[in-house]
Amino acid sequence: MSDNRLFNEKRRAILGGTAAAIAGITIAPGIFLTETAQARPADQPVTDKVRWGILINTNNCNDCNDCVTACQQENGWGMGSDDEKNSQANQKAQWIRTVKISNPETGYAKTLPMMCQHCEHPPCVDVCPTGASYKRVDGIVMVDKHICIGCRYCMMACPYKARSFIHENLTDQRSYAPRGIGTVESCTMCVHRVDDGKDPACVEACSTSMIFGDLNDPNSEISQELKRHGGTQIRADLKLNPGVRYQGLNV
Amino acid sequence: MKKVHFSEIKGDSAGYLSIVGILGLFIAAGLGAFWYMEHNGHWVTGMNNEVVWGIPHVFAVFLIVAASGALNVASISSVFSKAAYKPLARLSGLLALALLAGGLMVLVLDLGRPDRLIVAMTYYNFKSIFAWNIYLYTGFFAVVIIYMWMMMERKMNRYTKAAGTAAFIWRLALTTGTGSIFGFIVARQFYDSAIYAPMFIIMSFSFGLAVFILVLMAIFGGTGRPLGDAILFRLKNLLGVFVAAVLFMVIIFFLTGLYATEHHGVVAFILNGDNIYTKLFWVVQVILGSIAPIAILYNPVTGTSRAWIAIASLLVILGGMAQIFIIIIGGQAYPLILFPGMEVASSFTDGVVASYTPSLPEFLLGMSGVAVALIIVTLALKVLQFTPNSLADADVDPHHKAAA
Repeated sequence: MSDNRLFNEKRRAILGGTAAAIAGITIAPGIFLTETAQARPADQPVTDKVRWGILINTNNCNDCNDCVTACQQENGWGMGSDDEKNSQANQKAQWIRTVKISNPETGYAKTLPMMCQHCEHPPCVDVCPTGASYKRVDGIVMVDKHICIGCRYCMMACPYKARSFIHENLTDQRSYAPRGIGTVESCTMCVHRVDDGKDPACVEACSTSMIFGDLNDPNSEISQELKRHGGTQIRADLKLNPGVRYQGLNV
Repeated sequence: MKKVHFSEIKGDSAGYLSIVGILGLFIAAGLGAFWYMEHNGHWVTGMNNEVVWGIPHVFAVFLIVAASGALNVASISSVFSKAAYKPLARLSGLLALALLAGGLMVLVLDLGRPDRLIVAMTYYNFKSIFAWNIYLYTGFFAVVIIYMWMMMERKMNRYTKAAGTAAFIWRLALTTGTGSIFGFIVARQFYDSAIYAPMFIIMSFSFGLAVFILVLMAIFGGTGRPLGDAILFRLKNLLGVFVAAVLFMVIIFFLTGLYATEHHGVVAFILNGDNIYTKLFWVVQVILGSIAPIAILYNPVTGTSRAWIAIASLLVILGGMAQIFIIIIGGQAYPLILFPGMEVASSFTDGVVASYTPSLPEFLLGMSGVAVALIIVTLALKVLQFTPNSLADADVDPHHKAAA
């Protein structure tokens, strides 16, 4: 009998020890292996300590259109979707496009990608009657697809022709980039990627010309580059202070 | 001055019923067009990502502008105490409400998500002139209905002047709001000008009065009630003044644009371009819509002929539609200037004039707005006492001398 009890106690000890070990192995990675991502944790609100911006060096832009293709694939428009088969070319959505500019006098020519400029004082936000067009405190300008009524006033107001209207029913949307018939949309600076600590798809795809970062952080790569070599804003005269900056636009 | 008597119109003739029937058909066609556009999406229209507002908005803005102007006649009687216009005040208020209803219907039915109208009425961004307009337009209904109640119920007549003044101020705010839709747009070369607010107010005087004159002649011609020259000629002279005032504003707008080198591009596009806007501007807006009506209305022969007065009013309306088409469509067709002086090209029509081909559903929707306005007037006349029994000279003109 005493042999049995001893055996049982030993068995309990082994089982107890194994259970503790398994629990430890399960929980430990959560404690020791997590690292803080560049973006804030998902359950914390966005703050205005950060202002996201993109810097585009047009001297290096070689019109490869990789930024456009990447955006299409990431966000599910254009070639990245099976939708918009009925719309004419000028009815189809375009979140980003490459623009060729040339000086008719001198012949000097440039290409640059053009998307929503994520202004600090966005006219699209000013004119939206329902507040669907809004600016997040970290500078990203977006459309709330729940309350957009499709009046297209923001499209009239945008100086950069950044916005598109969905002219037909869609079925092939990405779950993180909601798009719907009768609403207006534009570049979201890949907010779903930014909130995950990643770069926007266009920046990641561009091998030569685009930097993404925090304009409020003087030590970020984008701020350092702006300090060293400067940058301009398109239609700076409107004083909208866009977050998208360009270099090399000396046409 | 004799007391004015009002009564409902009989509204049982074949002519009346056919008018209601035809208007009903136009409304049905418009609703069908709305269903077609909403069900399929806007790809079935001519509107696109460059020209986002099209024919429906031209009709809607015209109706809304005319609505505020149609109230003018009532305002002249109540606010400015011109007794001769008092018999017309009820019709003026009714027409204002009807035109606004028609215009708003077209605007709402063209939304990308008209099912979200309740969202538009519960979520407001008050920096947006559109948000203010929602209050101004719906408030106009309330203000004018109260004003008409004061006019039409004997006990409340002593409040007519106060209600009329409130309605007058409200309509000025409303038309300012409508003009500012364009005046507040900094992005586009053809907009971003303070002149849009006062210009739209003057346009409303002109278009609203032209519509009022035509509706008045139709009602009195159709019912056989007498419409004297005294009142009609006052109205037509007033119309001439308003048309001239609009022309003045247009001249100032383009002269200023011609002075500023920065605006030469868009001014040349409208005044001297190889496009539909230039043709519409000179032929329809200026010659047919402004110069011809002024000439007709002040010429001693044509200005005293009922047929010619009606023609002049129609021309004013035509010119007004052309003017609004040029403002809305032309203003969008001219490219955004992102790189001044540069040649620009892209896959999203940067740097080029945008193309727009109006489609049938858009026209049907727009015309159904007109039909809704007219059917409201037609039916209301039968139900309530809007129509004076007589507008003959002896009955309205306080200074009328009987013909020798």
